[in-house]
Amino acid sequence: MNAYRLYISWLTLTRKEVMRVLRIWTQTLLPPAITMGIYFVVFGSFLGGQIKEIEGYPYIQFILPGLVMMTCITNSFSNVASSFFSAKFMRHIEEMLVSPMPDWVMVTGFVAGGVVRGVICGLIVALVGLFFTHIPIYNFLIIAFYLLASASLFSLAGLLNALMARKFDDISIVPTFVLTPLTYFAGTFYSIQMLPETWKKISLANPIFYMVDGFRYGFLGVHDASLMVGVVLLGGLNLVGLALSMHMVKKGVGLRS
Amino acid sequence: MEALNIKQLRKTYSAGVEALKGVDLKVEQGEFFALLGPNGAGKSTLIGILTGLVNKTSGKVQVFDEDLDVSPERVKAQLGVMTQELNFNIFESCWNTVNFQAGYYGIDWKEASRRTEQLLRDLELWDKAKQPVRNLSGGMKRRLMLARALVHDPRVLILDEPTAGLDIELRRSLWVYLQKRNEAGLTIILTTHYLEEAEALCNRVAIIDQGTILRDAPTRDLLGQLKKQTFVLELVEKSEMPGDDEQVQYRIVDPLTIEADVAHGITMNEVFERLKQAEVKVQSMRPKANRLEELFIDLVGKKGKGLSA
Ligand SMILES: Nc1ncnc2c1ncn2[C@@H]1O[C@H](COP(=O)(O)OP(=O)(O)O)[C@@H](O)[C@H]1O
Ligand SMILES: [Mg+2]
Repeated sequence: MNAYRLYISWLTLTRKEVMRVLRIWTQTLLPPAITMGIYFVVFGSFLGGQIKEIEGYPYIQFILPGLVMMTCITNSFSNVASSFFSAKFMRHIEEMLVSPMPDWVMVTGFVAGGVVRGVICGLIVALVGLFFTHIPIYNFLIIAFYLLASASLFSLAGLLNALMARKFDDISIVPTFVLTPLTYFAGTFYSIQMLPETWKKISLANPIFYMVDGFRYGFLGVHDASLMVGVVLLGGLNLVGLALSMHMVKKGVGLRS
Repeated sequence: MEALNIKQLRKTYSAGVEALKGVDLKVEQGEFFALLGPNGAGKSTLIGILTGLVNKTSGKVQVFDEDLDVSPERVKAQLGVMTQELNFNIFESCWNTVNFQAGYYGIDWKEASRRTEQLLRDLELWDKAKQPVRNLSGGMKRRLMLARALVHDPRVLILDEPTAGLDIELRRSLWVYLQKRNEAGLTIILTTHYLEEAEALCNRVAIIDQGTILRDAPTRDLLGQLKKQTFVLELVEKSEMPGDDEQVQYRIVDPLTIEADVAHGITMNEVFERLKQAEVKVQSMRPKANRLEELFIDLVGKKGKGLSA
């Protein structure tokens, strides 16, 4: 396929994935708005007043970037995981497999769908947050980098999960046993400076911590850990995830017998 | 020119099942070719390998001189496939199903829409264009699969049991459409376990059983090879048999049932003429086995399983 055909092929898949997100918006876009609205009410308004400022910011402003990030990555993950797995389950993934669409177009097309869902959900949470607090912006480029790179990383993770999954239950294993614990221990609700040494060290081994920390830096201009580590980690994991999913699709893992 | 050239194709599934045991096959451009065989013969496996849905274990596949191992994308671009199992997103509309498929092949939106409309009209699905696939009847779903397989204008159309489960009328109308496309130059390969289908459509037939091609010949030769067909006759009353001759031999099964082996080329009229002269009164008559079974018995001296007429 020439470049123009590749572009059409990629655009067709991406547009289809985005249309899916918008069409089933009550399952894809509404839930984070409601959940995070509740978080803001409980942690921001009810409890927030009782909690003293963290690093000079009111509690609700401190947790907002983390909530946006948390929403973005869980939605990116579940978008690709469920869309790709149902394509496998209903077999219409075969539409793509029989076509000359190269593997990388398929992978990046699904990932693009996940990124779009993650970013839209993140924006929705930020918009809901605006009802409760003012959102400072320290550096927009940093915000954009962290949001997009995290969304794409977890879209890739969703794809890998869906490739290996044999039944619908398999795509909820990672969110339940990996994503949820890691996001809650990623310093969304506290600064790791407040933790005892041991827990501080453990937190530094959590990749999502660097995403939340760097993302928050884009808003507030303060961070707990090395930003360099965060950028390298995100970039590196994205490359690993991409290489791994390309390899698996090429070999046909979970796709071809 | 060869549309398809397969050499020593083997497939062993991870469970250890040897589905293809070294298949050689050539299909010329413009042919209407049937791969005929009972359930489990390896037909879908072969189709799956051609179309990128199954990994082959070894062997060589070429489509119009493009090698599947060297340039899989060029091979795929030339093939259109209708798989045996339905593989739709049942929530998608018919229009999108066909239109997106064109997009995957890199056909731009305007051209894709033109072709989608044309195919949906030709296959009598136009009034369903906006309906989700799950609202379609079985026959409509099959036609939609065909539209989707043709939207990128492939050089070779591959159909895996396209008419299984369709009633006679739908089957016939699909045959007419396929014949029209074949006459317009499209190479068609279909798998079937109906001899009648291969007979009605295909100029060449390969018979496959247990992963091996038993016979690959022009349809007319194969049918000519059917040496005899056996009929079961129920008699009105106990009768003396007419004498055997070159063309028809008789066997008594029980006092009111006989079997007649009728040589290829003998008409029923000639058979009944003999029976009439011997004053045998026949209550009813049916073929003992279907013709595909007979063909199998001729070929391998055993009964094929899962065949139907
Ligand atoms: N995915 C699979 N895994 C293991 N065995 C399979 C698989 N698909 C088909 N087979 C086996 O391979 C053989 C050929 O099957 P198939 O190609 O579907 O035959 P046909 O299409 O002629 O009915 C059968 O024995 C079948 O059970
Ligand atoms: Mg089959």
